[in-house]
Amino acid sequence: MTAPTPDALAPSAPSAPPVASGVAGRARAPRGSRRRTVWRWLLLLAFAVFFLVPLLAMLEFSTRGAGGRTFDAWRAIVKDPDLVSAITISLELAVLTAVGMLLLLVPVATWVHLRLPRVRRLIEFICLLPLTIPAIVLVVGVAPIYAWVTYFFGESSLTLTFVYVILVLPYAYRAIDNGLGAIDLRTLAEAARSLGAGWASVLARVVVPNIRGALVSASFLSVALVLGEFTLASLLNFNNLQVTINLLGKRDSAVSVAVSLASLVFAFVLLLALSYVGRRRASSGVTEEG
Amino acid sequence: MSASQPATARLSRLVPYLAIAPFLVYVTVFLLYPTLIVVAGAFTDDSNRLTSSTLRVLTEGVYLRAFARSIELSAVTAVAGAVLGALLAWAVWSGPREGPLRRAVTAAAGVLAQFGGVTLAFAFIATIGLSGVVTNFLQDQMGINPFSGGVWLFDMPGLMLVYVYFQIPLMVLVFLPALDGLRPEWREAVESLGGSGWDYWRNVAGPVLFPAFLGATLLLFANAFSAYATAAALVSQGSPIVPLKIRGFLTSEVILGQQNLGKALGFGMIIIVAVVMTLYALLQRRAARWLR
Amino acid sequence: MGYLELRDLEKSFGGVLALDGLNLDLAAGELVSLLGPSGCGKTTALRIVAGFETPDRGRVVVDGKDMTRVPANRRDMGMVFQAYSLFPNMTALGNIQFGLRMREVGATDRRRRADELLELVGLSPHAAKYPHQLSGGQQQRVALARALAIRPKILLLDEPLSALDAKVRVSLRDEIRRIQGELGITTLFVTHDQEEALALSDRVGVMSEGRIEQLDTPARVYREPATPFVAQFVGVTNALHGLADGDGVLIDGHRLPARGAAGHPRGSAIRLIVRPEEIGLSPVENGGPVSPGALTGTIVTQSFLGAFMRLTVRLGGDDGQLLRVDVPSLEAERHSPGSKVAVDLAARPPIVVAA
Repeated sequence: MTAPTPDALAPSAPSAPPVASGVAGRARAPRGSRRRTVWRWLLLLAFAVFFLVPLLAMLEFSTRGAGGRTFDAWRAIVKDPDLVSAITISLELAVLTAVGMLLLLVPVATWVHLRLPRVRRLIEFICLLPLTIPAIVLVVGVAPIYAWVTYFFGESSLTLTFVYVILVLPYAYRAIDNGLGAIDLRTLAEAARSLGAGWASVLARVVVPNIRGALVSASFLSVALVLGEFTLASLLNFNNLQVTINLLGKRDSAVSVAVSLASLVFAFVLLLALSYVGRRRASSGVTEEG
Repeated sequence: MSASQPATARLSRLVPYLAIAPFLVYVTVFLLYPTLIVVAGAFTDDSNRLTSSTLRVLTEGVYLRAFARSIELSAVTAVAGAVLGALLAWAVWSGPREGPLRRAVTAAAGVLAQFGGVTLAFAFIATIGLSGVVTNFLQDQMGINPFSGGVWLFDMPGLMLVYVYFQIPLMVLVFLPALDGLRPEWREAVESLGGSGWDYWRNVAGPVLFPAFLGATLLLFANAFSAYATAAALVSQGSPIVPLKIRGFLTSEVILGQQNLGKALGFGMIIIVAVVMTLYALLQRRAARWLR
Repeated sequence: MGYLELRDLEKSFGGVLALDGLNLDLAAGELVSLLGPSGCGKTTALRIVAGFETPDRGRVVVDGKDMTRVPANRRDMGMVFQAYSLFPNMTALGNIQFGLRMREVGATDRRRRADELLELVGLSPHAAKYPHQLSGGQQQRVALARALAIRPKILLLDEPLSALDAKVRVSLRDEIRRIQGELGITTLFVTHDQEEALALSDRVGVMSEGRIEQLDTPARVYREPATPFVAQFVGVTNALHGLADGDGVLIDGHRLPARGAAGHPRGSAIRLIVRPEEIGLSPVENGGPVSPGALTGTIVTQSFLGAFMRLTVRLGGDDGQLLRVDVPSLEAERHSPGSKVAVDLAARPPIVVAA
């Protein structure tokens, strides 16, 4: 269940208008909006209840004990060897996928921007394709390929990296593409080349440092996706976090609920941190407003 | 490029394309070829002959019903998610753009929309499963047994509820940028011309947001239609929807003569999702024209 | 008593004082500009008049009626925003008709009025175009037509030209002036561009930090600045250091008559405001200065600016003050860098302001 996000699908954001309209700093709400404010907070409250109840229920459910509250299920997370190994594998997969994505996409995206504008449409189409091929369908076609992969690379779950990089393509490409679009890549590259830099240097020393925000963004999104991935791991018979949670659920539901809650909270913290990192990068860059 | 340097000139023009060759090879092996396997498989029978009989099986009974249920599930949760999500998006958007509320809601929406159907399935089992918190509350405090008519959580109604739980956040993520595209000048211009808040929504904001809203609904539809993990975690008996039917073909014995049926089901899914996504892309372009 | 009166307007945003007791009267049919740097409160004042902000204190009175608490959509004012205010889902015609629709004007009357206005702003062939198909200048013309369609009592313009290209800005500025004159509509115009303000207005209100420093005709604001801020904000100027000396000043030991000198204690440090184009230069032949008391200087640089030449002149010796002088290009041939000149600062009595 990898839901397509707006970032991956929205057409490239148009550049900011040159006028610094003084509206930005102004209070948005005009007078007579008290009624709107009441409605607004009522809605927020109602939705908060709807979304928090299951999460709180998870907390309650996972701390049920014979004589009241107990954190046994939570302690079991770090004691259950299957779970610990699954968490480790998922984290390793997340890192490997992020690295693989960066190695694969940054050169390609840079090259498309600099030298191959004609291929851009093709690359964009390829990168959006995973959104049109549901994971459940992809797994049917990928299964025979994985027979070869395990032949060459062994039975480890870490081989999932290959197909995970495909899954993260839409989000990662869009983030990196936007990042490259925001800097004046052509000028920077030409300046570097005129000063004698080879292409590897240009990539490593000019491109990467200037799109750090986009790279962090793409990496965080990849990590979140990999940690939550179930379909491919399960149907290719590998073990990752979500697969283990699911299997565990049949055996000991309290622990599986506890680790589910823990992973949701962890992913939340991750994405919240991302929103702060993204903003800081944007504000430390040079803005266009005069 | 004169004729006197054909070989080297042609070679140097190829070099940039060579640079992206690894990427293209990788994508071919792990995306394009698998897709081809599915598509080709849909059109062949067990002895690898080209035929439409595999696809025709899809139009019969069990499979047609599975598609119908998948479409129903997706449509209902898409509309519900779109309407409710738009309301939540509006409530969040009315506040400061970089404020903590918006950040927290966006992060939470990102998690719930994308993170993992398995964890959400367990969240609902803990809430309204057989020994769930809310179930116990209803039984102990109010004497109501929510499952008197059958355990619906592990069937279509349960799927609908849990799907809405991740559709609403997805809608918030997709629709907030559209709301951001509404310029405060429009509202003020309406007021200066004598209009009220209602006039603004009815004449300007509503029409301007409509393509984005419709597009988002389509996106939600595609999202629900493609979803697998939640259903896999909740439904262990039976396969009411298409993704679960495909699971059946991968995990259990396949009836002789229908080995490519799983691929045919996959092909059907691709077609439906592709159509929906194309419409979504077209609507996005229209929305972007007005919401720049 | 004016047609539009702003009385003692005060407004703070989160502890920051935007307006500090603003008073302004507009006569019917007058075009007044509020001119000032960003943050001076001019836009806040305009938005209070429009009804988008409520003042903490003070009143807005239109034609004798207190409008301070009237909601924005009942004020019968036309507003033109800086940019992006056209409704994207309506054609130019649709936009212009919007206000009339709100007033439930019938379709034929609406159409007729809208056509009239399209004609007035010179956009009749573009009636069926959508905003994204129009250029910036065209969009602002439609915005103007839209505001005027409802025959508002007052026209409010919030830096409508700031987002446009220089050439478009000038031509549209003249259009606005013409239309406003033709219709005789009371207009309040906000801008940070002093050329715009001087060219368009019947009167200019120069604002700084929430108050109006001077409200006067463009000519008087330029030639007789009331405060140092006005002198330095409007037009290019020199601000020479000197000492007050009764009804004149001492600049580098030379005494000159000056306006406002009497108001400063004798011997106190002052600055003398002299416009570059009001300084007279005459070349000094080898020999003494023309008159014993005259200031002399040496030309340091010259920049050709088309209609005139901008010279910098160093007064007195090597560490004297620098003066910017504009001379018509034809005259400029007489002055070359390095040559000595006699400087006449009193051709038009300069203004004294506190140091």
